[in-house]
Amino acid sequence: MVTAVTNLGRSGLSDWLVQRVTAVILLLYSVFIAWYLLANPDLDYMQWKALFAGTAMRIFSAAALLSTVAHAWIGLWSISTDYMTERMMGDKGNVIRWVVQLGGALLLFTYLVWGVQVLWS
Amino acid sequence: MLQVSVYRYNPSKDDEPYMQDYQFDTEGKDLMVLDVLEQLKARDTSLAFRRSCREGVCGSDGLNINGKNGLACITPLSTTVKNNKLVVRPLPGLPVVRDLVVDMSLFYQQYEKVKPYLINNEPAPAIERLQSPEDRAKLDGLYECILCACCSTACPSFWWNPDRFIGPSGLLQAWRFLADSRDTAKAERLSDLDDPFSVFRCHGIQNCVNVCPKGLNPTRAIGHIRNMLLKSAT
Repeated sequence: MVTAVTNLGRSGLSDWLVQRVTAVILLLYSVFIAWYLLANPDLDYMQWKALFAGTAMRIFSAAALLSTVAHAWIGLWSISTDYMTERMMGDKGNVIRWVVQLGGALLLFTYLVWGVQVLWS
Repeated sequence: MLQVSVYRYNPSKDDEPYMQDYQFDTEGKDLMVLDVLEQLKARDTSLAFRRSCREGVCGSDGLNINGKNGLACITPLSTTVKNNKLVVRPLPGLPVVRDLVVDMSLFYQQYEKVKPYLINNEPAPAIERLQSPEDRAKLDGLYECILCACCSTACPSFWWNPDRFIGPSGLLQAWRFLADSRDTAKAERLSDLDDPFSVFRCHGIQNCVNVCPKGLNPTRAIGHIRNMLLKSAT
């Protein structure tokens, strides 16, 4: 058992499952948006705004937004713990990884708050 | 003449590794890569590599041959040589002791972690613990591993985290005991594996399957472990 304190769900299985479920949500959302754009070639701003004003669409969008944040965190965490380690970079590896992870977390948190603001404005 | 290029490094006299080129006359024979190395060693006794059984059973001569890991003793030149060139390097990702000899300590540490032995705390029967032919068949494709390390050293996840990711070889053995009907330590074995590194660093790229000289499939075994973890979880 390897101890990890910065991954999303503390357990490898949990992260693995979240990564897959969020990928499916993002796929469904992407397919829906692509279909909507193709099905409405004369789309105008009012129709676009009306689409996102519906409760169902807001739930779907919020789910996609949360999925993006969770999916991105797990992916970035995996990459940073592959390459930014003491083994790969010497003593500075851990510090660089923590800085990158902190930067990533702040960026994702910003996207989340900003996304919620856009959806509910 | 076959152009042979061999990785050389003697830490007691070389500042850094280098590739040494040799001309080799195969006399038209389809030799094994190990035969070539043996004859080169007869010419240049300073060349170091491991080998023992020379028939693909002991797993000593795992090497990187023309870019692909394999056992030198069962790799014929005809299957690996292209453009008359043979490039032999040590297994990637492990520290080089000398020339083609690598330090396997990290590999064995990961193997040790999965407790590669039967655990059964029930009283021992008079003769032996019986197993049905069906249960025994579940171990086929698992017990044959010879620990040559070709798979684990072909895995990028093992290159980056050889101290944390168990690697395809160790995980194949982990599944070999999880799948064994006689083993009673499944819960402990699973709980030891449920962290983000031990199993879940496998991204399923199947380099291990591609290089296994015994034709085994560690990626499938890892999938079975994942499913077992999923089934036992709440």
